[in-house]
Amino acid sequence: MGLSDITVNGTARPCAASPHTSLLDWLRDQGWTGAKEGCAEGECGACAVLVARPDGPERTRWVAVNACLPPALSLAGQEVVTAEGLGTPSSPGSEGDLHPVQREMADRGGSQCGYCTPGFVCAMAAEFYRPDRAPRDGADDHECGPNGFDLHALSGNLCRCTGYRPIRDAAYALGAPDPGDPLAQRRETAAPPAPSTVVTGEDGGFVRPSDLAELLARLVENPEAVLLAGATDAGVERNLRHARPPLVLAVDRLDELRQLRVADDHVEIGAALTLSEIERGLAGGVPLLDQLFPQFASRLIRNTATLGGNLGTGSPIGDAAPVLLALDASLLLASAQGEREVPLAGYFTGYRQSVRQPGELIRAVRIPLPLAPEAAFYKIAKRRFDDISSVAVAIAMRLEDDSVASVRIGLGGVAATPIRATTTEESLAGQPWVAATVARAAEVLAAEGTPLDDHRASARYRSAMLGQALLRFHAEQDGSGGTDRTKPLQKGAEGVRNPYENWGEGR
Amino acid sequence: MSTPLAQRPPQPSVGQAVSHESADLHVTGAALYTDDLVGRTPGALHAWPVQAPHAHARVTARHTDAALEVPGVVRVLTAADVPGTNDSGIHHDEPLFPDEVQYHGQAVCWVLGETLEAARLGAEAVAVTYEPLPTVLTLTEAIARESFQGAHRTVARGDAEEGLARSTHRFSGEFEFGGQEHFYLETHAALATVDEGGQVFVQSSTQHPTETQEIVAHVLGLRSHEVTVQCLRMGGGFGGKEMQPHGLAAVAALGSVLTGRPVRVRLNRTQDMTMTGKRHPFHATWEVGFDDVGHLQGLRATLTSDGGWSLDLSEAVLARALCHVDNSYFVPDIEVHGRVARTHKTSQTAFRGFGGPQGMLVIEDILGRCAPALGLDPTELRRRNLYQPGQSTPYGQPVRHAERLQVVMDEVSERADLASRHTDIAAHNAAHPHTKRGIACTPVKFGISFNLTAFNQAGALVHVYKDGSVLINHGGTEMGQGLHTKMRQVAATALGLPLAAIRLAPTRTDKVPNTSATAASSGSDLNGGAVKDACEQIRERLVTVAAKRFGTPPDEVEIAEGVVSAGDQSVTWDELVREAYLARVQLFAAGYYRTEGLHWDATTMQGEPFKYFAYGAAVSEVEVDGFTGAYRVLRTDIVHDVGDSLSPLVDIGQIEGGFVQGVGWLTLEDLRWDTSDGDGRGRLATQAASTYKLPSFSELPGELNVHLLERAGEDGAVYGSKAVGEPPLMLAFSVREALRAAVAAFGPTGHVVDLGCPSTPEAVFWAVEAARAGTTGPYAVEPAASSPAGASSGAGGASSGPDGAGG
Repeated sequence: MGLSDITVNGTARPCAASPHTSLLDWLRDQGWTGAKEGCAEGECGACAVLVARPDGPERTRWVAVNACLPPALSLAGQEVVTAEGLGTPSSPGSEGDLHPVQREMADRGGSQCGYCTPGFVCAMAAEFYRPDRAPRDGADDHECGPNGFDLHALSGNLCRCTGYRPIRDAAYALGAPDPGDPLAQRRETAAPPAPSTVVTGEDGGFVRPSDLAELLARLVENPEAVLLAGATDAGVERNLRHARPPLVLAVDRLDELRQLRVADDHVEIGAALTLSEIERGLAGGVPLLDQLFPQFASRLIRNTATLGGNLGTGSPIGDAAPVLLALDASLLLASAQGEREVPLAGYFTGYRQSVRQPGELIRAVRIPLPLAPEAAFYKIAKRRFDDISSVAVAIAMRLEDDSVASVRIGLGGVAATPIRATTTEESLAGQPWVAATVARAAEVLAAEGTPLDDHRASARYRSAMLGQALLRFHAEQDGSGGTDRTKPLQKGAEGVRNPYENWGEGR
Repeated sequence: MSTPLAQRPPQPSVGQAVSHESADLHVTGAALYTDDLVGRTPGALHAWPVQAPHAHARVTARHTDAALEVPGVVRVLTAADVPGTNDSGIHHDEPLFPDEVQYHGQAVCWVLGETLEAARLGAEAVAVTYEPLPTVLTLTEAIARESFQGAHRTVARGDAEEGLARSTHRFSGEFEFGGQEHFYLETHAALATVDEGGQVFVQSSTQHPTETQEIVAHVLGLRSHEVTVQCLRMGGGFGGKEMQPHGLAAVAALGSVLTGRPVRVRLNRTQDMTMTGKRHPFHATWEVGFDDVGHLQGLRATLTSDGGWSLDLSEAVLARALCHVDNSYFVPDIEVHGRVARTHKTSQTAFRGFGGPQGMLVIEDILGRCAPALGLDPTELRRRNLYQPGQSTPYGQPVRHAERLQVVMDEVSERADLASRHTDIAAHNAAHPHTKRGIACTPVKFGISFNLTAFNQAGALVHVYKDGSVLINHGGTEMGQGLHTKMRQVAATALGLPLAAIRLAPTRTDKVPNTSATAASSGSDLNGGAVKDACEQIRERLVTVAAKRFGTPPDEVEIAEGVVSAGDQSVTWDELVREAYLARVQLFAAGYYRTEGLHWDATTMQGEPFKYFAYGAAVSEVEVDGFTGAYRVLRTDIVHDVGDSLSPLVDIGQIEGGFVQGVGWLTLEDLRWDTSDGDGRGRLATQAASTYKLPSFSELPGELNVHLLERAGEDGAVYGSKAVGEPPLMLAFSVREALRAAVAAFGPTGHVVDLGCPSTPEAVFWAVEAARAGTTGPYAVEPAASSPAGASSGAGGASSGPDGAGG
């Protein structure tokens, strides 16, 4: 296999695509038309395919991703499996051989028009092969099957026909993979490395540097280059707004950006770790992040999206920023000149603007320890799964003698940048944590920012939701209950130690 | 020897729960959709539209020279290229290449390129200048400016004024609610080729191949026999591919005729959402009266639909809305006026239910609001007003099987354990200040048949080959609804063969001509009747051959599971077919079906337009979070009448899918246009999956139980079945009414809940705030004695109407 080949369903195909050709379009051009375009922005999952990603240095994990987002070139050297590669229907002269996921979907009425089905099958297969999926007794919260199938694995797949019930039934009926299942076996050996790639052409260049030094050097030469991690933003820019950057620098597999370290006084998260990797790596160690993860887009997106990308694009409605603001996080910005640490609270300077200089990139996010013991994240959106926030509120607080010793509140969706609710924080500091104080502070919080009216929500609702978030936070602390939360607020996170210390691929 | 339409032979294939006939192809990605053919069609050109950035404007100049300079651009299609008629509508009001732009995003010309990228860059290079013209965008604006199109219609019976006058309790109100984007996962696509004889062949993702064929011929100046349209299958339709594919197919066909090369038109999601029509939003004003025990006495209402820029199906949609304002309830004196607004938006069109849901939403909203004011439980109010046997609809059709309404409500209440859950919910609500639960039970009655009688006909072509294998063609299209699955079962049943013996060929206009749209839930009724007819013709001929062979009377011959027998004699199907061929017996047949007994006067809005009614009822329970207005559907139970099911797995799938789609329309899906006076006025603000949210797994009820009504045979339809495509969508009213109940629990007893629609978390939150404050919103019902007749106070405000501020 050549370095520029992509292995699709076991067959290596040379990839000579333009830097602006998505994996989906490339697959379809190659004749693999099972994956479909439904939205071209990573919202519907009709294009989902499986990609072999590292699961530690010696193992592979099948990860489902939206093929419409990454450039095909970013998959050079990689292994991709589509619905066609999982199983085959019967045809003249040959008996069909459906994958267990396909069998369940077909038999239970999981497909009607069938257009979303290949994507569902791939997303479901990724969960089928998830190594830590294990049967669970009883506890059915409607979002996890008795076979340990996490329904959130399908949160990025839309079906307009079935109403989802038969798909859920299919997912929850799956057993464990057969020992001889080739994709199950593939998990036992190392994932393909990401080869250094340099492609230049008339319509743009694509470079995958071999290390951080090369990346930073290229960034000096090409300050306008687009940094590509999960492609969950850049892919949308390409597909919907037709962005055709002259140079794309792929950073998603650089070891230097993929470290997760827990030190005595901080946690450091590599900017190019995917949200799914961070979730597994932290294993609940930062409870506020654990509240964020299931509400951050969908599993398909979290499988490639990174904190570096979410903060790097500077979107005022990215969900990571409010949480990281509440956690008092800082960013480690690297450039050819060296590295500097910038508090996140001082990072954003305007709509999609930041203090990040040309030639600089986010190497890691640093969260100071100990964590505030009381914390919550509230996302307001029309839809519970995979929606964009109208407003997001993250609160981290420390009480001493029933008074507020410290509190930080991060807000998204109420200004041109994510902001700290500093006026509210000040009004709470030192105050007794009782209903009257909270009610007054909620009024202050509702007046923070300058929310707008748009198609997601009215400004009035956005403001109201800020105040409501604080009222709810108090009600939950108080035990008088908000909605029945699937996870109780986790306390006592101080002193967390991460079993995955220095975890990262290739280490 | 044709058998009665509804009668089933012993051990029929119909009624068996089988998977979708393409299920194995779906799950393996092997099933082909129109746009999957492009890579299999060498030399295809790609098309990209030049979309206007104004909601209403005159095109003053169109310069294409720069586009032709772009590498890879082959041609720009404009009005001057049209050999036939520059029109893609059925009312001659939809120019394919317009000189006057009528909505933001309308295509003014199309660019053909060697690649999609070349076509796109070419479209960017086309220089169009516009002279902006005044715009009408919202229903409120349209009503104020009397911007209407098409005929105004009225359904009336008795004397509404008298009915209101004798009422003990009178209320009036106003209600505006949103439309819905189809969001079929497969966007519109067409691929056209021209053969050596000049025959145009268009593969199209269309629910109405015949009309696509007619429009293509109309644009090209050809006769219908020079154009063939094929639809392999669609990745969803929902009504959105009934009218909207025609112009796109015509662009592909025109490009192919002009260049001699295959031409592909495929809309990306943004183009699809900004260029094609949606479910009609509606505005309603109403006045209603009840007697002292809650029986409806009189209803007077005016419904105004937002038809968008052209008429297409808006009049028919309005007619169905007017015929469904009654839903399941007898209103003795009634007068409902309807009209279609003309606005500078996409041309709103068919969408599952076709106006029926909008009409029914009006009465369900009225009952939901009025129940507390009447001091009645909403379910009790609904039950008291159900049609009784012997009663007729306002348009003069007897409600046959009206007793089934009572039956489905009783049965679903029992299955859902409604009575004891009321108690549980009260206990929950008493214990939880910040979350409240609500439960509701709502019925559905939906008329089956095209309102326009002429459309209620269908054809089929069935071939039996010499080896005994069977190939069926029919005029219906497959969009996921399982029509082809059911048609195979019908053929297997009619012929007495195992299902595996029947293959089905893609829908083509050169196999079965003059077809009606696969729409109005009628696909199985109509095409099933035609397939059955064709199969029975063949069967009858074969029985004659067998009788001769056996020396028995024909009525002693049976065919079952591929074995032909009489007494103790038997022969295999395959052998009998061979024998029949040698005896020169015709082994293929054209089948035909028309629905008997229909009549309809579209002007007076009286008659019997429907063959029968489909019935259903649902109980839903929701939980509302008082902090945000967010909610979950905890459980839904459904009992639905599909007659004797042709294919239970398919029917349950239609019921569940329709229900969830209805929940999306009523609670989540929120189309917003820019209604500001800025540059973007008229632009669809929700034009992508990231901004327009349809139901995902999070909207699936935690528990969803569907039960098919038993002993429900329908004499008037194929093998005793009933149509199922549309009616279940309206089971979703149970969710919106449950939300109303939960919201009410935040307020004082008897609080009247005014709930915006779509009932998004924001709309629910404002309703909760109003409940807590004990106040009613701007659409509140008011006793008529204390308010002027007609509407209460104005629209907008807290209920966040569907045309709220845009981006």
